[in-house]
Amino acid sequence: MAEAKHNTEDYLRMYRQMVRIRTFEDNANQLYLSAKMPGLTHMYSGEEAVAVGICEALTDDDRITSTHRGHGHCVAKGAEFKEMFCELLGKEEGYCRGKGGSMHIADQSHGNLGANAIVGGSMGIATGSALRAKLLGSNDVTVCFFGDGATAQGLLYEVMNMAALWNLPVIYACENNGYSEYTKTEEIAAGSITARAEAFGIEAYQVDGQDVLAVNALTERLVDRARKGEGPFFIELMTYRYHGHHVGDINREYYRSKDEEKDWKENRDPIIRFRAHLVSEGIATEEEIDAINAEIEKDASDAVAYALDAPYPDPSEVDMHVYAD
Amino acid sequence: MREITLSQAVNEALAEEMRRDPTTFIMGEDVAEAGTPFKVLSGLVEEFGTERVIDTPIAEPGFMGMAVGAAMTGARPIVDLMFGDFIFLIMDQLCNQAAKTHYMSGGKLTVPLVLRTNLGATRRSAAQHSQSLQALVAHIPGLKVALPSSAYEAKGLMKTAIRDNNPVVIFEDKLMYQDKAPVPEEEYLIPFGEANVKRTGSDITLIGTSSMVQVAEKAAEILAAEGISAEVIDPRTIVPLDEATLIESVKKTSRAIVIDEGHQSFGVTSEIASRLNEKAFYHLDAPVLRMGAMDVPVPFSPALEDLTVPTPESVAAAARKLCGGEMIHAA
Ligand SMILES: Cc1ncc(C[n+]2csc(CCOP(=O)(O)OP(=O)(O)O)c2C)c(N)n1
Ligand SMILES: [Mg+2]
Repeated sequence: MAEAKHNTEDYLRMYRQMVRIRTFEDNANQLYLSAKMPGLTHMYSGEEAVAVGICEALTDDDRITSTHRGHGHCVAKGAEFKEMFCELLGKEEGYCRGKGGSMHIADQSHGNLGANAIVGGSMGIATGSALRAKLLGSNDVTVCFFGDGATAQGLLYEVMNMAALWNLPVIYACENNGYSEYTKTEEIAAGSITARAEAFGIEAYQVDGQDVLAVNALTERLVDRARKGEGPFFIELMTYRYHGHHVGDINREYYRSKDEEKDWKENRDPIIRFRAHLVSEGIATEEEIDAINAEIEKDASDAVAYALDAPYPDPSEVDMHVYAD
Repeated sequence: MREITLSQAVNEALAEEMRRDPTTFIMGEDVAEAGTPFKVLSGLVEEFGTERVIDTPIAEPGFMGMAVGAAMTGARPIVDLMFGDFIFLIMDQLCNQAAKTHYMSGGKLTVPLVLRTNLGATRRSAAQHSQSLQALVAHIPGLKVALPSSAYEAKGLMKTAIRDNNPVVIFEDKLMYQDKAPVPEEEYLIPFGEANVKRTGSDITLIGTSSMVQVAEKAAEILAAEGISAEVIDPRTIVPLDEATLIESVKKTSRAIVIDEGHQSFGVTSEIASRLNEKAFYHLDAPVLRMGAMDVPVPFSPALEDLTVPTPESVAAAARKLCGGEMIHAA
């Protein structure tokens, strides 16, 4: 494991955030399987070190843009379970008052500009947020999360060009989980992904997305430099999604093998790896870690119970928020 | 007659036309092995291979533009756009390029391509995966627009679309993919611009498109039980539009409601209603009513989403009022 932070508090918070994401997703999947959640959802399980490693390098003033696989980013940027489950179930107390659901979930108060159901749809938004930071002289950085599949969208190349021309404080974070829906990345992406950013003169890095400390160390460095006007930057994070493309994608063997899934889950799991690190470095005992896990599980099941009982929005809300006052 | 699902009907239409014409091919995201997320294209890659059933990267403007170029130079591409909402990404290629090329070239170039995509809310998919955007493309001269309302129409219209020498956009209703309808084994085509009178009646005409045809039919049943006789018409294509059949019906019934799942304002319903007003004015006993989706982005919450689309009950209620003379001055 790469070294980054050196204080116990930070390490434990990163661990806790990763477990919170995994636990949130396990509960969301359960809600889907028991037909209590409307629609479909895309699980972030397996990719926790990416969102947490990056968001732990950000402050509340820093912005992110998220994707259709956005629960992990949402939790990592500081969201609470209660409002998240309410949103997932279309309840009034959800972060988007039930109007967004899984694919638009975001806690705006912590700088999350939104999950996005259009692949690549947030690349302009993230870069525009960085342009605003520069024009208005504020010190914040914006991270744009997107998948390997999204690198096929032309918009990325339009905005990277402008970000590079104008030295904007934006970090493009490409979560390469090996698949774009039911297709392997190598079948939809020609050449090297990082080289595309480099073609614009953007410094680009590839990092093990299952190593939270490596992700965090790199991001801290780049965020720091972006604040000084040395941006933009590009990171390709090598990772894996444990579930199907969405919760309904159960029979996956026609596009990826069970052995491959098993290998990632058993040998490269970001939570198992970090837990072992915490124990071997004497940062926490197995018992302390079990207690953290149990507490998070209880938080999640309490939040689920709360959300299931929470009221739907009043019908009068249907035409509220179409236009701002 | 055998019954097959709308999904199978589309699949059959594509397979038959691809066997018939070697210049046809399909391109889109996850169309090959995956057969699309809705599994509509399952089996086609096995028969036609990856040269003619082409998986693309997530680059809608790119592959749409390539389809235009291929069509201009002798192929007949069938573009698969996974969700109708993504039409916003390809607007330039579709509307500035495909739609205008024949005209701008003084008739020398043609763009025979099909864009197959979908429409429809109430799948709890929120604002970017639930829109019904047929009005946007129907607005652009040069594009034809088909809205199948069952498996039977889906097959016959698709075959006609593939043989048409113009860019044709077909919107399928996502909620209907598993719905079965009688579909003949023998080959048939449904010509564009021929409405289908689904039910005859004398008091009011209900004109429904795509997903709203079933809604209109159910409304007609509710009304029949109350002694109101509704005629139900499915235009099947909105460009070209079979005005004659619609006008003839309205002349007979003197009242009409137009129902479409796109947003009500500036929509398909507005266009059809104003044509009826212009061409059947002296036969009308009431203003022609429009019923579309509410003018709001489609909300995720089931408690809100269900309020945004016309239902058999809301259509029947409106028809009742029109027939009762209540809304004559209300429009
Ligand atoms: C513009 C657009 N095209 C297609 C889709 C359908 N779609 C949703 S997710 C997805 C795959 C995205 O792959 P990737 O960017 O690698 O993200 P991942 O799902 O692997 O996290 C596709 C094709 C979409 N939502 N938006
Ligand atoms: Mg991916």
